[in-house]
Amino acid sequence: MEVTSNQFKQEASKALRNPVLQKALGHIEEGFVEARNQAARRLPEFEQMRDRARDIKAHAIDNLGFYLSQFEDQVIAQGGQVHWAADAQEAREIVAAICLDQGARNIAKSKSMVTEEIELGPYLEAKGLASVETDLGEYIIQLRDEKPSHIIAPIIHLSKEQVSDTFYEHHQKHGYFDKLTERSALVKQARSVLRKSFMNADVGITGANFLVAETGSVVLVTNEGNGDLVTTIPDTHIVVTGIEKVVPTMDDCHTLLRVLVRSATGQDTTSYVSFFTGAKRPGDAAGPSNFHVVLVDNGRSDMVGGVNHDMLRCIRCGACLNHCPVYANIGGHAYGSVYPGPMGAVLTPQLAGVEQAIDLPNASTFCGKCEEVCPVRIPLPSLMRHWREEEFARHLTPKPMRFGLGMWSWLGRQPALYRVVLSMVQRVLGLFAKRGWVKHLPMGTSWTLYRDMKAPKGGSFQQQWRRR
Amino acid sequence: MAEASTKGKRVALFATCLVDLMRPNVGFAAARLIEDAGYQLEVPEGQTCCGQPAYNGGDRAAAVAAALYTIDVLSGFDYVVLPSGSCAAMISRHYPTLFEKGSANHDRAVALAARTFELTVFLADIAKTELSSSSTIGAITYHDSCSGLRELGIHDQPRKLLSAMEGVTISEMKNPDTCCGFGGTFCIKYPEISSRLAERKASDIVQTGASTLVAGDVGCMLNIEGKLHRQGSDIKVRHVAEILADMVDD
Repeated sequence: MEVTSNQFKQEASKALRNPVLQKALGHIEEGFVEARNQAARRLPEFEQMRDRARDIKAHAIDNLGFYLSQFEDQVIAQGGQVHWAADAQEAREIVAAICLDQGARNIAKSKSMVTEEIELGPYLEAKGLASVETDLGEYIIQLRDEKPSHIIAPIIHLSKEQVSDTFYEHHQKHGYFDKLTERSALVKQARSVLRKSFMNADVGITGANFLVAETGSVVLVTNEGNGDLVTTIPDTHIVVTGIEKVVPTMDDCHTLLRVLVRSATGQDTTSYVSFFTGAKRPGDAAGPSNFHVVLVDNGRSDMVGGVNHDMLRCIRCGACLNHCPVYANIGGHAYGSVYPGPMGAVLTPQLAGVEQAIDLPNASTFCGKCEEVCPVRIPLPSLMRHWREEEFARHLTPKPMRFGLGMWSWLGRQPALYRVVLSMVQRVLGLFAKRGWVKHLPMGTSWTLYRDMKAPKGGSFQQQWRRR
Repeated sequence: MAEASTKGKRVALFATCLVDLMRPNVGFAAARLIEDAGYQLEVPEGQTCCGQPAYNGGDRAAAVAAALYTIDVLSGFDYVVLPSGSCAAMISRHYPTLFEKGSANHDRAVALAARTFELTVFLADIAKTELSSSSTIGAITYHDSCSGLRELGIHDQPRKLLSAMEGVTISEMKNPDTCCGFGGTFCIKYPEISSRLAERKASDIVQTGASTLVAGDVGCMLNIEGKLHRQGSDIKVRHVAEILADMVDD
């Protein structure tokens, strides 16, 4: 997975100064945080459902091989095919081979983070296969040649005006020459442009929210219905998804759907919940003749039994992004990975290598809000702390921080010297204080560039206590 | 009485390094509250830092060393009380995770964890203090520090204690549980992001019209106070202990 996460600081800084982005991010609180809170309040058993959801996913992950194999058998029994991809390259090759085998020219895609993770679009393009993103947000970023900035709301970083400019630039070739300003008009125009992509598609590619082992069903939630169009019109449907999506039963799947949607958008359910089970059977009115499921590992099985085992429970709802005070202020692109925010801070180092994403596990105040809202109760701060330990062990922690932490820890075990140093620090702060406040500290500009500091007085607490 | 009184027992005040260095007055206020509640208070010699910076910085070996050192310093007391949700959570939630289950050190960490409390939890839930004090502070607003709130469930205790005081009214801010951006070393590692979080917190505080912001952790206080002062605000920032003991220092 290609990431630019080591530019986090610079990108975060730019994001904080980008007024268009800041305005767009302002919608998170009302649109997602408040919506999720209300959805949770409407359902008195929501907390117990989260416990059940956690337990279902934990059980499925603990028995991953068993349920994946059951899922595979069921897909085959329903006339479908299952392909196992060890890594991103294998996954891309499998998908391209199926498309080429079908003599496909046009591909319609619905939103899938795994296809973003394995960078499927550019690969297909290089093979001469044109794929069109049909989720409205994904379609817009495809036109703009950007990456999604949120795992469920890919264009949360954009304003309506930016979308209007993008359509004005790209839709003239489709015969639309007016610059639109109304949200509904923009949606309508996208709908009619995309309609052609659905009708012309030879292959439809989707992701999956869940794979149901007992039935071999692939479950997909959308709010636009594009998922149904890309799977019913073309004759070939390819599902590309991660191996951790499998759950034992349809009943389990429904429990997870109930917490997923409430945690993600605050809806009780999405507009569309689609179940795809196998290929078109004789007598079926519609459906693809060819049904393929590509199960992507790409580092996931390495997580089983390791420190990030619990992360395999993640159902990609985005609640940890929406509720993260850091994400809410800088947006997703600063993280330099298709998986941003707290879940990305755990997953990106795992998938791309921690040395490629040194900042991500550190760019958290450990406020714990992500863990508080995670529908499957993943201990995200603890997992980020594991990465910090890994970075420390591999000497990836920035040297001044490492030195400072080391000195402070050592000093903490030399009580006499600790007291002397505290007195000295107090005296130094006193020297720099003007009328009791420090406004500039040459060795502490990280603090004083942004805030003042009230200078302490009279010696340390312990000194004053013993003197009393 | 249905339950045995805990009064008269020995309580160790672990001031925390931030109180020791930056806000000695909070230590004095906490000491008075514990004594007034009827306990035998001591400030154990040799106390330093609980080791949280090392723990959250990924230096597990140093965190283990700090924990062992602190477990020694705090041994032999009936209770250990800290005027900080964050440091209290370090001892009561995280120390036990630093040692292998079944080991002697794990047993000692678990034993210390069981008798360690954040100040307002100790006063409200253990001492069951009925404060009869009053204050001239007027309208305050309370910031929930993240670790105290989410690791220790501290929410009602400080509000209950504060609202029992004559002369104190709580005016809740929007999102009192949103992080102020301090985050330990986070505020130094990512100062721009930290500053933006502090600005948002400051704006929520200003909107309440309260003249005082009260919090239970000196880390958050320094960050919020520093931002408010830089913005030219005259809102005072106080530790909950300072209000409860009616001991503000300027």
